[in-house]
Amino acid sequence: MTGPEDGSRPYLPRGVRLRWCAVRGAWFLLAPERAVKLDAVGSAILSALDGERDFAGVVAKLSADFGAPPEQVATDARKFLADLMARRMVEAA
Amino acid sequence: MNAEALTAIEKAADAAPIPMALLAELTHRCPLKCPYCSNPLDLIRRSSELSAETWADVFAQAAAMGVLHVHLSGGEPAARRDLPEIVESAVTAGLYTNLITSGVGLTEATFADLVARGLDHVQLSIQGTDATTADRIGGYKGGFDTKMRVAAWIVAAGVPLTVNAVMHRQNLDRLSETIDLAVRLGARRLEVAHTQYHGWAYRNRAALMPTPGQVARSGEIVAEARRRLEGVLAIDYVTPDHLAKYPKPCMGGWGRVGLNVTPSGKVLPCHAAETIPGLVFDTVTERPLAEIWREGAAFTAFRGTGWMQEPCASCPRKAVDWGGCRCQALAWTGDAAATDPACTLSPHNARMRAEATGEAADADEAFAYREM
Ligand code: SF4
Ligand code: SF4
Repeated sequence: MTGPEDGSRPYLPRGVRLRWCAVRGAWFLLAPERAVKLDAVGSAILSALDGERDFAGVVAKLSADFGAPPEQVATDARKFLADLMARRMVEAA
Repeated sequence: MNAEALTAIEKAADAAPIPMALLAELTHRCPLKCPYCSNPLDLIRRSSELSAETWADVFAQAAAMGVLHVHLSGGEPAARRDLPEIVESAVTAGLYTNLITSGVGLTEATFADLVARGLDHVQLSIQGTDATTADRIGGYKGGFDTKMRVAAWIVAAGVPLTVNAVMHRQNLDRLSETIDLAVRLGARRLEVAHTQYHGWAYRNRAALMPTPGQVARSGEIVAEARRRLEGVLAIDYVTPDHLAKYPKPCMGGWGRVGLNVTPSGKVLPCHAAETIPGLVFDTVTERPLAEIWREGAAFTAFRGTGWMQEPCASCPRKAVDWGGCRCQALAWTGDAAATDPACTLSPHNARMRAEATGEAADADEAFAYREM
């Protein structure tokens, strides 16, 4: 799985959502039978998926927010999302 | 690792971790009679079932403890008329709400109501890939067609569907068809679960245990399907216990990941824990859930590693698989604290394997159906 194309709009499908767990002090991605604990980068990437932004837009937002080089952000975010897409926890339209 | 580090790990292992999941057995009532049902042989009647208000309180307590997922199960949860209310209270508590259903007894209107109240996910069990086989195994005529209809509602509502197929000797040869069926139904996930041999399944083991050849083939089928269906269908598959080298960690470890609440409110470390003699269970109506989890007698009995005997006690895998399944240990060795006989290091492993292969070779296809 290669991850989202620049022009495609990645989103969390119904049944997959972000949740802040106060007891553990961490963000989780909740999906059927899965709870993935997210680090700061993971939760930033997933919070940027609003179904409107395309992947290029997600990268632009993240690199602006973190002051990181866009190429680096694109590589990391694509890898992260590709893995979740293979597990059907992220989809792209 | 030095001895001091090991002691530190063991101490940490004996403390109660933050639980992830709650299995809420809403009722034991079910129109089906699966011969591998994991409900206890002694089923709870309707009059002793917890009320919807009590469930709401249990969900709120669980969420405050750090539980993230709730699995609404049974029996058949749809046998409860107040299921929509119960779903809503789980959603309100902030829990990821999963309905585990056979589909039988669920109407289209009720299902729409569950969706409107925020149900996150449905896990639909199938007993076979065609009506004749499925209805024979489930012991319920028309069950298969109902499931097909229910799957269509779920997918049409956009709710993720997981198909759960419990496999055993009499349907393992249909694994490819099971995978195809899951794809046709629009499932995002397929769980291929092998029967575990305690409770009803232990009683029916002669009719259920797969042959080693069947198991080897199914491993190959799954590997191929996973490659072919990447991004379409995620497949969960675990080799059956008695043919693997080491057992699976029971529930991710006794009292480590999840807890079960029975229809009458007893809190169990595992759904089959009541088969273990001598364990004392607390009830949600008598004690706070967090306290039961942390220090309840049934939870501390096999939490961590302190209770272990040899060969587990000195085994480097003891904090990996936690000695395997207590219920399976009890069913096969008579001692719940023994090493799971599915472990190749257990002195009972040879007997389990021999019996398994012997029983798998038997042509006995008759089941003792689960009955109230
Ligand atoms: S002890 Fe663990 S593996 Fe065994 S039946 Fe109970 S939950 Fe399942
Ligand atoms: S001996 Fe016990 S701890 Fe070691 S692998 Fe077997 S079951 Fe697991």
